[in-house]
Amino acid sequence: MSIVTLTDVVKSYPPAQKGGAPVVAIDSVSLDVQKGDVYGIIGYSGAGKSTLVRLVNALEKTTSGSIVVDGREITTLPERELRAVRGDIGMIFQQFNLFNSKTVAKNIAYPLEVAGRPAAEVRERVAEMLDFVGLSDKARNYPDQLSGGQKQRVGIARALATSPAILLADEATSALDPETTGEVLALLERVNRELGVTIILITHEMDVIRSLATKVAVMDSGRIVERGDVFDVFSNPQEAASARFVQTVVQGIPTSAEVDALRARHTGRIVTFSFRDGDSSQAQVFLDLAAAGVGFELVYGGINDIRGRAFGHLTLALTGTDAAIDGVLARISERSLVTEAN
Amino acid sequence: MDRLLELLPELGEATVETLYIVVISLFFGGIGGLLLGLALYTTRAGSLFENRAAFTLLNILVNIFRPIPFIIFIAAVQPLARLVLGIGIGNSALIFAISLGATFGISRIVEQNLLTVSPGVIEAARAAGAGPFRIIRTVILPEALGPLILGYTFVFVAIVDMSAVGGYIGGGGIGNFAILYGYRQFNPVVTWAAVLVIILLVQLVQFSGNALARKILRR
Repeated sequence: MSIVTLTDVVKSYPPAQKGGAPVVAIDSVSLDVQKGDVYGIIGYSGAGKSTLVRLVNALEKTTSGSIVVDGREITTLPERELRAVRGDIGMIFQQFNLFNSKTVAKNIAYPLEVAGRPAAEVRERVAEMLDFVGLSDKARNYPDQLSGGQKQRVGIARALATSPAILLADEATSALDPETTGEVLALLERVNRELGVTIILITHEMDVIRSLATKVAVMDSGRIVERGDVFDVFSNPQEAASARFVQTVVQGIPTSAEVDALRARHTGRIVTFSFRDGDSSQAQVFLDLAAAGVGFELVYGGINDIRGRAFGHLTLALTGTDAAIDGVLARISERSLVTEAN
Repeated sequence: MDRLLELLPELGEATVETLYIVVISLFFGGIGGLLLGLALYTTRAGSLFENRAAFTLLNILVNIFRPIPFIIFIAAVQPLARLVLGIGIGNSALIFAISLGATFGISRIVEQNLLTVSPGVIEAARAAGAGPFRIIRTVILPEALGPLILGYTFVFVAIVDMSAVGGYIGGGGIGNFAILYGYRQFNPVVTWAAVLVIILLVQLVQFSGNALARKILRR
């Protein structure tokens, strides 16, 4: 079931100088997010992903196109009704954006107070949320007394206080160190699994997508250039922009410069075998090479695991007679992708 | 020295008068400045009630009135004081002029302090579904409270300064006391006594303001 649907969405800003062309931040984007998805949107800074996520809760006004949230077209709603829509969508931020003048408990209570919930309910819900994010002992502390990871956990508790069905995460881990990032990602995973909250997360870190997202869209210059299951995009990216992101976390087929470096250290022919879940097994490849009397040495690459499905690229230096190597490569390439460096 | 002892009751009375003038002026000017400052802050580009025309108008208005030397301002607004209060002289007219003059100065201080509130925090409140007036009341003002208290402390001192020329339109206070009994009667001891009282007053207020701001800022 769709929970957020964008159709041909455009967001443009007035030109910086009079008479100039308007600045198009989002260029005809369509996106379908299903209930329960963790939908990752990745792109470099300036790609438009921050703007895109702000269109979903109408913090920014859409120039044209349609955005349907939970069955409701929001682009035509008046400001007063949009406030109610925003109250039903949680949002967390890169810089946490906690109210420094309020205690942790008061921060979490804020959206509930805005929604006009009775005081007793607010107290109860705040206690529940504090418990969920593991910060019950910090209720009376102020944000400046917390670590970065704790601040983001308060941010998550505040965003989820009104039990929204959707959580927007704007570079939620980009200001955190690797260990704390893991902690916050684990919490977001629980939010999705235990509370059934649909998460739309934007990031420039492919690692975040790999560990949390089920689907991914790659943004470049205001457009979505590729989208799909995280496994498909990681194991077989179709667009240059996607491939660049995948390369940041996955060692793929070595580039010619990398091949030169490998040649300097290894003798033999440099061949990359690509594996994808369901293709021929690694064991079969190694058995074939051994049976043909070809020596092999693993020189580059690795195997990656995404949600229990494996893929990867292994680059081997093969030694033996050319005839034997050619024969075995022909056999293996019937079952899986073989790329030889020239 | 004997003369000073003789004048002590007058000095006491003048001190109370100064306090009265300053506190009432700070109250009205403080409210006026807060509203004008909020108007400047919220109408500027990218803010809650972004409105270029309104911002430009207010900005020019404040720029015109704020730099007028107070002793000239006090005379210039005398007709307005007569219109509003029915009288152009004395403490009431003085309080009127100070409140009006301080409104423009305070509005800039308020505007500058509100600009220190992180836009991200305001965005978080908007994302929670809060409307602009609620955001001003529950986020912007509380987040800027520490610096605002320091700003108003600074304004208190400036208003003590403004009130010193009260004698010019028949108002009282320590300034008037110093001119009347010290300067004009060639009695520097009396003048210096008035200075001492003002120094004590300013120190006391600055100290309290700092302590309060420190408490709010928790540092």
